[in-house]
Amino acid sequence: MRGTLMERESIKSFWKQSVPLMERIGSGEKLVLSDLLGPVKTSSSLAAVKKQLNRVKSKKTVELPLNKEEVERIHREVAFNKTSQALSKWDPIVLKNRQAEQLVFPLKKEQSAFAPIEHVLSGWKARTPLEQEVFNLLHKNKQPVTDPLLTPVEKASLKAMSLEEAKMHRAELQRARALQSYYEARARREKKIKSKKYHKVLKKGRVRKALKEFEKLRKVNPTVALEELEKIEKARMMERMSLKHQNSGKWAKSKAIMAKYDLEARQAMQEQLARNKELTQKLQAASDSEEEEEGAEEEGELVPDAVNEIQMDANGPNPWMLRNHSRGTKEIKVQDPEQLPEPVAHEASENEEEDRPGAEEEILLNEFEERRSLRKKSGLSQEAKLVSRQEPKDSSSQEVLSELRALSQKLNQENQQSGKQNVSSVRTVLAVQREEPTEAEEEPLLLQRPERAHTMEKLEELGKEGCFQNKEVPRPVGEGQQSERNPDNQPGAPKEKKRKEQMIDLQNLLTTKSSSVKSLAVPMTVEELEDEEERDQKQMIKEAFAGDDVIRDFLKEKREAVEASKPKDVDLTLPGWGEWGGMGLKPSAKKRRRFLIKTPEGPPRKDKNLPNVIINEKRNVHAAAHQVRVLPYPFTHHRQFERTIQTPIGSTWNTQRAFQKLTTPKVVTKPGHIIKPIKAEDVGYRSSSRSDLSVVQRNPKQLSIRHKKHLKKNSVD
Amino acid sequence: MKVKMLSRNPDNYVRETKLDLQRVPRNYDPTLHPFEVPREYVRALNATKLERVFAKPFLGSLDGHRDGVNCLAKHPKSLATVLSGACDGEVRIWNLTKRKCIRTIQAHEGFVRGICTRFCGTSFFTVGDDKTVKQWKMDGPGYGEEEEPLHTILGKTVYTGIDHHWKEAVFATCGQQVDIWDEQRTSPVCSMTWGFDSISSVKFNPIETFLLGSCASDRNIVLYDMRQATPLKKVILDMRTNTICWNPMEAFIFTAANEDYNLYTFDMRALDTPVMVHMDHVSAVLDVDYSPTGKEFVSASFDKSVRIFPVDKSRSREVYHTKRMQHVICVKWTSDSKYIMCGSDEMNIRLWKANASEKLGVLTSREKAAKDYNQKLKEKFQHHPHIKGIACHCHLPKSIYSQIQEQRIMKEARRRKEVNRLKHSKPGSVSVVSEKKKHIVAVVK
Repeated sequence: MRGTLMERESIKSFWKQSVPLMERIGSGEKLVLSDLLGPVKTSSSLAAVKKQLNRVKSKKTVELPLNKEEVERIHREVAFNKTSQALSKWDPIVLKNRQAEQLVFPLKKEQSAFAPIEHVLSGWKARTPLEQEVFNLLHKNKQPVTDPLLTPVEKASLKAMSLEEAKMHRAELQRARALQSYYEARARREKKIKSKKYHKVLKKGRVRKALKEFEKLRKVNPTVALEELEKIEKARMMERMSLKHQNSGKWAKSKAIMAKYDLEARQAMQEQLARNKELTQKLQAASDSEEEEEGAEEEGELVPDAVNEIQMDANGPNPWMLRNHSRGTKEIKVQDPEQLPEPVAHEASENEEEDRPGAEEEILLNEFEERRSLRKKSGLSQEAKLVSRQEPKDSSSQEVLSELRALSQKLNQENQQSGKQNVSSVRTVLAVQREEPTEAEEEPLLLQRPERAHTMEKLEELGKEGCFQNKEVPRPVGEGQQSERNPDNQPGAPKEKKRKEQMIDLQNLLTTKSSSVKSLAVPMTVEELEDEEERDQKQMIKEAFAGDDVIRDFLKEKREAVEASKPKDVDLTLPGWGEWGGMGLKPSAKKRRRFLIKTPEGPPRKDKNLPNVIINEKRNVHAAAHQVRVLPYPFTHHRQFERTIQTPIGSTWNTQRAFQKLTTPKVVTKPGHIIKPIKAEDVGYRSSSRSDLSVVQRNPKQLSIRHKKHLKKNSVD
Repeated sequence: MKVKMLSRNPDNYVRETKLDLQRVPRNYDPTLHPFEVPREYVRALNATKLERVFAKPFLGSLDGHRDGVNCLAKHPKSLATVLSGACDGEVRIWNLTKRKCIRTIQAHEGFVRGICTRFCGTSFFTVGDDKTVKQWKMDGPGYGEEEEPLHTILGKTVYTGIDHHWKEAVFATCGQQVDIWDEQRTSPVCSMTWGFDSISSVKFNPIETFLLGSCASDRNIVLYDMRQATPLKKVILDMRTNTICWNPMEAFIFTAANEDYNLYTFDMRALDTPVMVHMDHVSAVLDVDYSPTGKEFVSASFDKSVRIFPVDKSRSREVYHTKRMQHVICVKWTSDSKYIMCGSDEMNIRLWKANASEKLGVLTSREKAAKDYNQKLKEKFQHHPHIKGIACHCHLPKSIYSQIQEQRIMKEARRRKEVNRLKHSKPGSVSVVSEKKKHIVAVVK
């Protein structure tokens, strides 16, 4: 009873509390979980429910799972991205192979491996009666059939030559060689030590040791000691033979040791010393005297060469310091006339020959010498004639010539060293100078041999300098003429300058080439003969082609071609249309003008300004069949394409090597070789270590639902 | 009178021994060898003509099958061995050097749908219409042994194709779905589907060996990843693809033989545009196989011809046909890249040279040099109209020729119509679709 009462009370209280809730429901308000929890708070019996509800409150709802198709699609996309990334590693190789000049297949060289015959035999059994019979026979004779086939000796020999052993052997050899080289290097190093002290100590040590041993031996075994003594003696002799007679030498030292016991030795040493002294003294004395003599001689006459040379070194560019006064002035004067750097207007005819190759210079010089000797016999008068005949035209040049002659005479008087020189020869040289300036300049040099050599040296040196000063502004012509006229009045400095220029010119002459030279040496009569021959030839040709005038024919042809290529006017006049027509009646000018259609003039002909050429601008249909009309695909410019066509690849135009290189085929395959697909290992990539199969088997999810169904059915069946 | 004599030093021209090469003095002065371009042009012309003259590619036929040849397989280790499966369930193994059948097996009842060799060359697999997968030993049965398969797997559905993994003991079959099998088990390790149509062929990638490609009769090509056991991507074309072949030198390139007379070379990573559309066939293309060099491929077509395409050209380099050859069902390029085999409807397997005018056998060095030179000359002058005309000329059977003309007209009409439509519509309303994109319907992720 009491219990029931209690329950009733609690229910009453609960209802009292929940009445407002009910009202709220009745009014259509929304209920929240907390509203429901409110009344629960009081009752302790509902604690468990309360806890649960609280937990629910704290958690959020789980989202709906994606449908299966979506999931698969995402899986596929991820897998595809992964795979395509993995495949991109092949890009560089594919590109390389596509662009390769030559691909040789199979890519990887196969090593030919022969299976040993016993392996082949082991997998094979006799089946047919015949085979069995044969095998029975073999077994009866205990012939090795399957396993051995190699006798133990053969096997041993095979083993002996095994790779590992060979490697070991090689390693040992290498070690021995290394050791040897190490010792050699050490010996070399020791030998190289320059320290005298070190060697002295080393030697002393050695000698001391030898002496000790010798003493010992003398006590123990006199006969052997004697032999040893002989040996030492021999060594000493050898040393003596080495021609070292100084006191400090090895021999001397050994003598010094022996001198204690041996009187002869002491004497010999002294003798040696004396001789040595004597020898050395004598040698010194001889050389000194010679030098002194030379010096005296040179000082007596001239400034010694050595001094001259020093001067040259000191101030190279100053030629005044380089030469003896007399010769210097002479040379300048001789060279003066042809110092004009450029051909002067009125002298053009003569100066033409100024730039002729240096190689011919010497030949011509020789010729001149010969001629000179000839002329000596014939006398002066003839020479004069010759000169006058060769240059009769130029009055001004003659003027210069006379001056030169006078000059040369003066020079000859001054020149002491070339006293023997023939006046006439100089004259001839000067006479010729106008035509052959450089020759003439060197003429006197030729005659005086030693001096010439001297000057040549200078020349060379000057030439070297001249290289730097080559770019000097050429003197104006007028000045040049002036200087030519009065060479004596020239001040020192410009003269020097001119000299240098002259040298430069010489250098130029030596280096530059020019067309053929008409030398004076060729007699006129010969020229005349040649002329006659030429004339004859021309005459012959003329006679042979008398009939045809080639040039006129060509011109005519060209005119015709031009006419033919010109666009023609179209005349559409119809006679008798709109007026009377008939014999002797012409359509009126007005009408003709009206119906004449003039074609516009095309672009000017390409051979318009080329008198002896006809350029055909028409397209040749026959050639067009063999010509490419459009630029083919990989080329971007026609010139590029033309270049590829124009470089020949045949062996007619190329060397064998180049030909082979040009004709290498793009793909080379070997007959009878299997070409396998490219492998990651072949191109240096690491192939995946796990096998595809193991990966598949580790994945549990792969069986499709349909297949699972199948399997289930199978199991049910 | 002085008589001038030629005098030469014998050292300059006499050989020391007769085994020495003859000394040929050469002067490469270009003035002595004028007209190099015209001379080389003539040489190129002659080389091209001779190439056409000597273009005799047919080597022989292997006859023995009593029904159409449905599938071919190469031996991975031996160049001389070829396997073929016929429509009557017969499998034959041929020796190419002798051109003889060395073994005959009645493998299946009904068609032999697919045949493939194991990578080691010791056994081969066949699938047939009798819902079985059979593994056979490559060597014949011993004396007194029965001709029996090593293993036989009974399946629930018909398998239409089979291919073996390039490195491991795994093979893949296709039919209702693509199944991957472990050789040791009788149930597939994993099977992958995408859509509900029958799959006609499946091929393992020879380089990245975990990749597979398949083509189904709902016009799509699907790529699979064996490791992750998922399909990767699907591309839907205008018409059904009969088979695909992976490039053995370029891991991501494959070529699909399509019913719309074209072949499509795809980069696996970008399926929305084929790299190249190869068109020349005038009927459905049934099979395709790459040269092992990866530079060319051969295709077999229902139009009774076999064509060779360079990978980077849209037009074929060569077309092979004979009067007796009917619809070519399968084609293979041998692993030394010298020969092509094709199996056709009229029960024959034919052997062709891959280079029609190539001289077979060992070449002397001079022959080789001449061959290389001629080849280079042909390449150099290939754009010249005369040479191009000769090089491109080939005789075609009347049916193919007339069909080409017909299709040219059709194509021209279509093009004209397109141009007209473009011309007479509001600018921007009609877009021009390139030839490459035209045949791709969709790419499904």
